[in-house]
Amino acid sequence: MALIELSAIERRFQLGDTTVHALAGLNLQIEAGEYVAVMGPSGSGKSTLLNLLGLLDRPNAGTYKLEGRDVTTLSPDEQATVRSTRIGFVFQSFHLVPRLTAAENIALPMTLAGTPAAERKQRVARALKDFGLDNRADHKPDELSGGQRQRVAIARATIMQPALILADEPTGNLDRHTGEEVVNLLEALNARGVTLVVVTHDPGMGARARRQLVMEDGRLQSDSGTADISILGKISGRP
Amino acid sequence: MRLTDTLRFARDAAAGTPLRTALSVLAMSIGVAAVVILTALGDGARRYVVGQFSSLGTNLVIVLPGRSGTGGFNPANAITSTPRDLTIDDAASLKRLPGVRRVAPLAVGSSEISFGGKLREIMVAGSTAEFIPIRNFELAQGQGLPEEDWNRGSSVAVIGAKIRSELFGSNPAIGQLIRVGDRRLRVVGVLKSTGQGLGMNTDELVIVPVSLAQSLFNSNTLFRIMVEASNRETIPSAKAQTLATLKQRHRGEEDVTVITQDAVLATFDRLLGTLTLGVAGIAAISLAVAGILVMNVMLVAVTQRTGEIGLLKALGATARTIRLAFLAEAAMLSAVGAVVGYLLGQLGAFALRQFFPVFPAYPPDWAVIAGLSTALVTGLLFGVMPARRAARLDPVQALMKR
Ligand SMILES: Nc1ncnc2c1ncn2[C@@H]1O[C@H](COP(=O)(O)OP(=O)(O)OP(=O)(O)O)[C@@H](O)[C@H]1O
Ligand SMILES: [Mg+2]
Repeated sequence: MALIELSAIERRFQLGDTTVHALAGLNLQIEAGEYVAVMGPSGSGKSTLLNLLGLLDRPNAGTYKLEGRDVTTLSPDEQATVRSTRIGFVFQSFHLVPRLTAAENIALPMTLAGTPAAERKQRVARALKDFGLDNRADHKPDELSGGQRQRVAIARATIMQPALILADEPTGNLDRHTGEEVVNLLEALNARGVTLVVVTHDPGMGARARRQLVMEDGRLQSDSGTADISILGKISGRP
Repeated sequence: MRLTDTLRFARDAAAGTPLRTALSVLAMSIGVAAVVILTALGDGARRYVVGQFSSLGTNLVIVLPGRSGTGGFNPANAITSTPRDLTIDDAASLKRLPGVRRVAPLAVGSSEISFGGKLREIMVAGSTAEFIPIRNFELAQGQGLPEEDWNRGSSVAVIGAKIRSELFGSNPAIGQLIRVGDRRLRVVGVLKSTGQGLGMNTDELVIVPVSLAQSLFNSNTLFRIMVEASNRETIPSAKAQTLATLKQRHRGEEDVTVITQDAVLATFDRLLGTLTLGVAGIAAISLAVAGILVMNVMLVAVTQRTGEIGLLKALGATARTIRLAFLAEAAMLSAVGAVVGYLLGQLGAFALRQFFPVFPAYPPDWAVIAGLSTALVTGLLFGVMPARRAARLDPVQALMKR
């Protein structure tokens, strides 16, 4: 069973008299554990696709099955639960809450989910350590560098141990070196089995993914093909 | 989201925009403070007047000459246009009525007092020995008027504290001969200083026997007759008997008005109580205004934090969580405003009491409770709309806003 199954997805936006087909008849399957880069020119529908995958948006037509379950028909609250437990977001502009410290920002998904404070503290401490943010726990976002901010955002995206991480141009606001660091972090997560979908304009970064999707005008222009995850698993020694 | 987390989140959000938060807290606190101070004023006025009336004496029945306008049409009155005057004998006739403890006739007028070359205008009250106990006056020195025949007053006077100090300074006053009008009177007593009260200022009063006062003013009439009932229960019967007796003495004409202190007191109590309520209502309007301000502040907060709301949704917050977070913030603003306003109001009432010690400016409990709960309810009520707007935001649109 594929982690993600999109069939005949349509997403239209009405702009005055004209209808923009942000996604048009999109079919796509992504297996659990894949590392997918989504590329394509500006306005080709990459962000729209990612929002849809993250249940932030609903298609006008078509079905979206996540882990075998049709999620397009879920109620808003059920979708919120799926976002909370199964999906992590990483944004180009970090989207940290400015008045909260790094630790509090990382804890935010758990706070929203009602995780007890003691458990939150423990998990945040581990995440801070994993992402090299130990001595930045009490810093506000404006006291952090861009790379540190994105690391806080990635720590926040993983804190609920989601199956799927969606990153929309995660290195778009970073210089080459820190961008590299962030990509390494994301790839390390993927190596531990988390499915990773990254939107990027950087061909170099796109090439590092095992699978490249190129979009144009709301359609898949090319797909480097589904790698056989079971074989990949055997090669890298994972069960 | 857990309740404590929701509250902490709301608190941090409010603290994140100090100026806006301070303004809405201020507006709310001004509303509550207005309720507390204005009702303290209103209720203070009520207490003050009631207190003053009580200090007139206890269980008083007061007779005024002339019929009060509210009594309805009386053919007897219509024919005899001038009402019969109240006389000393009228007063004396009330002494033996059952249920009556004491009676004091009262004639008042102004005159001049002089001693040792010093001269000044004064109020003269002509009455009897009973007057001082009925009115709860206290003597600082000497004694009151002597018990004697009401129609043959001796040449004595009881003087107020201010008159004593002005005429005699530090010299003894008791036993001195003073001149009042064209009479020479001996000072037998000095009243304790009471300050300004309702009606007479006793500090500038000279009390003389009633018949002496009448001849001083060259009249036979009384200003009032004060009747003290033996206790609270006998007030109505004392009133009825007084009226019946005087009517009989005045050939069946009801040409006097008899009021009881209780009735006057109750009227003022009700009147000023209503006034306080009205004032509280006006002050409550400022609370509604404050509520609208809180709503606006929250609407601005929703607009400013649109990106954050989108993020919260992306991180799995339900609409309910977001609603509660914003509602908690609104409630917090108004709760803090209410508490600050309560303290400000109590401080204001305290200051009032310091500046006007005679004025018991305490806010009534009902006003404090109503003010605080109105503040909280309006804050919550006006917080609902912004909170719902926040919860309804489309996450994709919200995330695009920065
Ligand atoms: N809310 C919206 N209202 C109207 N049109 C929209 C809306 N969101 C997206 N679109 C349109 O849908 C198309 C796809 O947009 P999308 O943001 O997915 O592009 P993108 O591939 O992410 O581009 P970029 O690389 O510039 O981020 C664009 O033509 C865009 O104008
Ligand atoms: Mg985009």
